[in-house]
Amino acid sequence: MKKHETGFPYRHVGGFLLSIIMTLGAVIVAFKTNLSFNMIMLIIGTLAFLQAGLQLTMFMHVNEGNSGKYNIINMAYSVFLAAVIVVGSIWVLTSGHAAPIK
Amino acid sequence: MAGKVDTSLPLEYQKHQDQMNILGFWVFLGAEIVLFATLFASYFVLVDRTAGGPSGAELFHLKEVMINTFLLLTSSFTAGMMIREMRNHNLKGVLMWFIPTLLLGLGFLTVEIYEFTLFVSEGATIQTSAFTAALFTLLGTHGAHVSLGIGWGVLIIIQLLKRGLTPTTARKTFIFSLYWHFLDVVWIFIFTFVYLKGMIM
Repeated sequence: MKKHETGFPYRHVGGFLLSIIMTLGAVIVAFKTNLSFNMIMLIIGTLAFLQAGLQLTMFMHVNEGNSGKYNIINMAYSVFLAAVIVVGSIWVLTSGHAAPIK
Repeated sequence: MAGKVDTSLPLEYQKHQDQMNILGFWVFLGAEIVLFATLFASYFVLVDRTAGGPSGAELFHLKEVMINTFLLLTSSFTAGMMIREMRNHNLKGVLMWFIPTLLLGLGFLTVEIYEFTLFVSEGATIQTSAFTAALFTLLGTHGAHVSLGIGWGVLIIIQLLKRGLTPTTARKTFIFSLYWHFLDVVWIFIFTFVYLKGMIM
């Protein structure tokens, strides 16, 4: 980790511009293309995860310091838990595992 | 270990205790990810249960969403610049980026509250359907985090003005920046999987 950062803030401005490009890219893909719903969700979903990774590395300094390794392990495990909760809930509650309502 | 000061590191990492506090905050953020995951899971499960009320496609307006997204993205950038200035030991620079960060957060809240009043005027209250209940809970929990962050930030600014940049105030400012960036990350997922998804369905 750097103690001093002088000169033009390339990292921060670059991260900011990239996040804007990805946001506008997601809007364009969602509203200005004729792709199928699933394809759009795949693309803008990927963009969302890329942008989260960008925030973590460019702004949050996730891997710096003595505990950088533990931060990565902690974040990776939390993301895994989040995926299990979200995908698991949808799977169990909407994919025919629940009794039909009718 | 405790109490030893390593001046080769940035201010917020110089004391062992401060390093542990920062590590502890990362663990807290891990729990926050899980908290928001449960709210997202509920939302995805209930998104089609509109009970005759409006759906996301009818309710969401791109304009407000884009304004809010840019307000938060910009505030995440200004928070990043704030930490950069802190590492240069420039208190004025820290405040110069800290205050706009909070003002952008306030702008976000204003637009979000306005958006909530629009939802209600279009017949979507938290009691309308399972969909609106899950929606307001998810958005409201994020908005409550932003509100809390603004209050927290003001308190840190007061400490910075009173005590200047010390290892302790630097650690507090750094932890605040982690929290603030995290809220931006959560918003990116709300933007993509609630608003954009809702509008193209």
